[in-house]
Amino acid sequence: MLYRENGQFKSNYRSDQQIFPILQDRIAMVALLALVLVIVPMTASPYLLTAIFIPFLILSLAALGLNILVGYCGQISLGTGAFMAVGAYAAYNVQTRIDGMPLIASLLLGGVASTAVGVLFGVPSLRIKGLYLAVATLAAQFFVDWACLRLGWVTNGSSSGSVSVAGLNVLGLPIESPVQKYLFALVFLAVFALLAKNLVRGAIGREWMAIRDMDVAAAVIGIRPVYAKLTAFAVSSFIVGVAGGLWGFIHLGSWEPAAFNIDRSFQLLFMVIIGGLGSIMGSFFGAAFIVVLPILLDGLPYWFGIPIDTALASHLTFMIFGALIVFFLIVEPHGIARLWSTAKEKLRLWPFPH
Amino acid sequence: MKSLKSLALAATLMAAATGAFAQAKEQFFPSLVYRTGAYAPNGVPFANGFADYFKLVNARGGINGVNIVWEECETGYATDRGVECYERLKGKHGGATSFQPLSTGITLAVTDKAAADKVSILTPGYGISGSMDGAIFKWSFPITGMYWVAGDVLIQHIGKKEGGLDKLKGKKIALVYHDSPYGKEVIPVLQERAKMHGFELQLLPVTAPGVEQKATWLQVRQSKPDYVLLWGWGVMNSTAIKEALATGYPREKMYGVWWAGAEPDVKDIGDGAKGYNALALQHGAEPNAKVVQEILKELHAKGQGTGPKEEVGQVLYMRGLMSAMLAVEGVKRAQERFGKGKVMTGEQARWGYENLALDQKKLDALGFAGVMRPLSTSCADHMGVAWARVHTWDGAKWNFTSDWLQADEQILKPMVKVAAEKYASEKKLTRRTPAECQS
Amino acid sequence: MGFFLETLFGGLMVGMLYSLIALGFVLIYKASGVFNFAQGAMVLFAAMAMARFYEWIPKWFGFDNKILANVLAFAAAILVMIAVAWVIERLVLRHLVNQEHITLLMATLGIAYFLEGFGQTLFGSDIYKIDVGLPKDPVLVFESLFQGGILINKEDLYAAVIAAVLVALLALFFQKTATGRALRAVADDHQAAQSIGIPLGRIWIIVWSVAGFVALVAGVIWGSKLGVQFSLSLVALKALPVVILGGLTSVPGAIIGGLIIGVGEKLSEIYIGPKLGGGIEIWFAYVLALVFLLVRPQGLFGEKIIDRV
Repeated sequence: MLYRENGQFKSNYRSDQQIFPILQDRIAMVALLALVLVIVPMTASPYLLTAIFIPFLILSLAALGLNILVGYCGQISLGTGAFMAVGAYAAYNVQTRIDGMPLIASLLLGGVASTAVGVLFGVPSLRIKGLYLAVATLAAQFFVDWACLRLGWVTNGSSSGSVSVAGLNVLGLPIESPVQKYLFALVFLAVFALLAKNLVRGAIGREWMAIRDMDVAAAVIGIRPVYAKLTAFAVSSFIVGVAGGLWGFIHLGSWEPAAFNIDRSFQLLFMVIIGGLGSIMGSFFGAAFIVVLPILLDGLPYWFGIPIDTALASHLTFMIFGALIVFFLIVEPHGIARLWSTAKEKLRLWPFPH
Repeated sequence: MKSLKSLALAATLMAAATGAFAQAKEQFFPSLVYRTGAYAPNGVPFANGFADYFKLVNARGGINGVNIVWEECETGYATDRGVECYERLKGKHGGATSFQPLSTGITLAVTDKAAADKVSILTPGYGISGSMDGAIFKWSFPITGMYWVAGDVLIQHIGKKEGGLDKLKGKKIALVYHDSPYGKEVIPVLQERAKMHGFELQLLPVTAPGVEQKATWLQVRQSKPDYVLLWGWGVMNSTAIKEALATGYPREKMYGVWWAGAEPDVKDIGDGAKGYNALALQHGAEPNAKVVQEILKELHAKGQGTGPKEEVGQVLYMRGLMSAMLAVEGVKRAQERFGKGKVMTGEQARWGYENLALDQKKLDALGFAGVMRPLSTSCADHMGVAWARVHTWDGAKWNFTSDWLQADEQILKPMVKVAAEKYASEKKLTRRTPAECQS
Repeated sequence: MGFFLETLFGGLMVGMLYSLIALGFVLIYKASGVFNFAQGAMVLFAAMAMARFYEWIPKWFGFDNKILANVLAFAAAILVMIAVAWVIERLVLRHLVNQEHITLLMATLGIAYFLEGFGQTLFGSDIYKIDVGLPKDPVLVFESLFQGGILINKEDLYAAVIAAVLVALLALFFQKTATGRALRAVADDHQAAQSIGIPLGRIWIIVWSVAGFVALVAGVIWGSKLGVQFSLSLVALKALPVVILGGLTSVPGAIIGGLIIGVGEKLSEIYIGPKLGGGIEIWFAYVLALVFLLVRPQGLFGEKIIDRV
């Protein structure tokens, strides 16, 4: 009843090709932007911002990058943590070695470094497919883990292998308080989400999806697999690298290579699959699920006033987390994004049955 | 109207005042623990000792009447969970007094945040090496020791065994270390000593969590070092000793850091680990200490102890006990200046940690006689004491096998200064002036 | 030369141990088409069950005989793993028939999380001991030929022999028995197997139970070496290069792959490692597997991947 397109006619191709062709969607988007840009920073507590919102924003950016690779191009990658690490350390090197380097430039250059590494480790995808590729990308993960600890120049000669940044600012505006960090990450996420959405709606996105669905047939009709797969790796690694830089600079401030280990890679893959493969929206849902759920589960016993010892609470969190993942995969194997689009479809007809 | 308004105002103020007064006099200590995961065997006794000490202090009447409240948060030795725990607990129960991250990774991540949030980070026996320099690290306190002290003391002990540090020339010492900032921190001090005395230092990193050490110990077998230093944590320690057993390297020539010398590391192996030496961070296994007897009597006998009774007095349990004691003593010292019997804010507690003066009399009163040496912290020295000793496993328990050794200031002080200055330049901090130190 | 042989032997034996874990992966993949990321958690769960029952059974029944305790604990652990297999088939696999690979992969990761949490809840997070009487001291051979002799770890040697026997038994099982044939049929084509009357659900329970048994043996051997604790589940990460090198569907591939990875790992760590600063084992194994895959994308002995357009 409320969500119908009646009376919304498009009179040129440009308006027909908008990301949000339905007026209600556009209104909802504006409301959402108002909520996250204005209301959340004003009302959320510093704890909510630092422990929930900022990790959510940065990890959904990383999940976005991974979704492009896994969801749109069908190349399973378990080395995402490594690309985040490359982005973070490269950004750190650029920031520390070059005086006066603007923060945004450092982060983007970190992404560029990550692109180079990503394309390098993406080359095997031209020959190896499916689960074999997944395990092969673990080579990237463990190699980068080792390189960050062993190669002195990566950490700018730090004896302990850990690095830290301070005094972040953009054109003189400091990025120190939770609100400033939140807005910084949010701007990055919004810009990249828009770019990614347009990429996947364009020719290159269609090439990726063709490769994902049937790569032999795609090659037959003239899509070059080399170009498509390597660009998928490149774009995905760029976004993931920038997310890694944000994670190190904005969220942690001071980090060691273990912050980007294989658990991070699994976490991101969870986000992408639970959220929905091949869906930009899905990355956000997945990130929200994975970031918020463990904290909720940890805090649940305390809210109900049941005193459990922390070990048991932690074990229960693991168990419920695992069970929920299985449950979700059984109920909706295509992820939360599919549930969302099904809901929207039903909403278009509501209150009519058909 | 006006009188009504002022009446309302007065009433609100009164209510607020009584509310603040009625707020229980509680000093809050967050407890970051890992009771799950690969490092749990070592994390659990520490957490139990930590909690038991707070219970004991409350049973004795609190810190001059102020009740202690503590809350555990599970980090699983993971940095991001540690950061989340920090953010969640720093404002609870009136504000955290001090944090003990119990992990070098988490320490790195929260050190700057703590400076901004005005809460102290206590890292007894671990942490950032330069943090001994309180003039730059205002909020970091590696009380009782840090890795450089450990490395230095071990070399001194080995030198003593050989009959003099000059006899180390031409010898080979291997370092089997956890490939992480925790393991790598000690390398500069060992390299410095290697240069000074002419021994060869062989570095053998072990990828975390350290279950794969076969190749490492085959290398040890081939290069036949005179001594092996073990810098592991969690399951890496017992695996190292098992592999040493399997490749026939004499355990008597192995020396572990104080995080590699506790019961969980050796009790499975029992006799096979006989002769293995490790550093004792002030204390070792202290089943006869007065404080242990008190805890058994006051808490465990009444069924209020944390964890099993057999654990009380074990090495890591004592470490938890000692860490909690330091946290409490800092607050006690702060109360001496800012008001006995009052709840201390983070800033006031920081002053307390910076001006700790635990002499032998105080230690005896607390029940720590024979367990620790007297220590005193200051602005320039946030560590308080640079002494350690060695204990050895005899198949069933740990026994002290060395005198107290003091880390060499001549070597450490310049290194600490360099590290602190580097941190200060990275973070754009300025060294506190002596005048500021007094405040 | 002596040291080289030592490293070689060590690598071969460790490789057998890796292939023991890899076998679990291969079995499940062959029969249900699921890449079981929960194998590591199953190894841990099985080892924990064994270790704890070994402690508890003497207390419950009040006797002291170590061998009897071991045997009963082993039997109890097998029952536990069969129960786990049954539950997984009932609650997870049955509902995920015919889903994509990656969905099944994620489901097994979810199972892994669940098993890790559940195992630690039931059995505890401390380091537990498994003592099946494997000798711990080394033996030196060829002392006359090479200076210092060649060190052979007796425990590893026994373990390698046990692994070899287990593999032989499994190969026999698959080739000669009716159930084995049914398993191979299911691995080939689920729907065809169902249509000729092979009960899919029961076959899956059998396969997961056998994989559970393999996990138990692997858990006992590794647990005896390292002690039973959470980090035991991470040895599965070392078995992954073995699986992809040998081919996801091949039992002999798991063995050969294991030997190659084991030897490659140790030799690289000892000879190339020092030049690069050490610690290269883990990624070297993966890179080695990757290089082999570039030549044979389906693994050494895996089924050729046929794309139908």
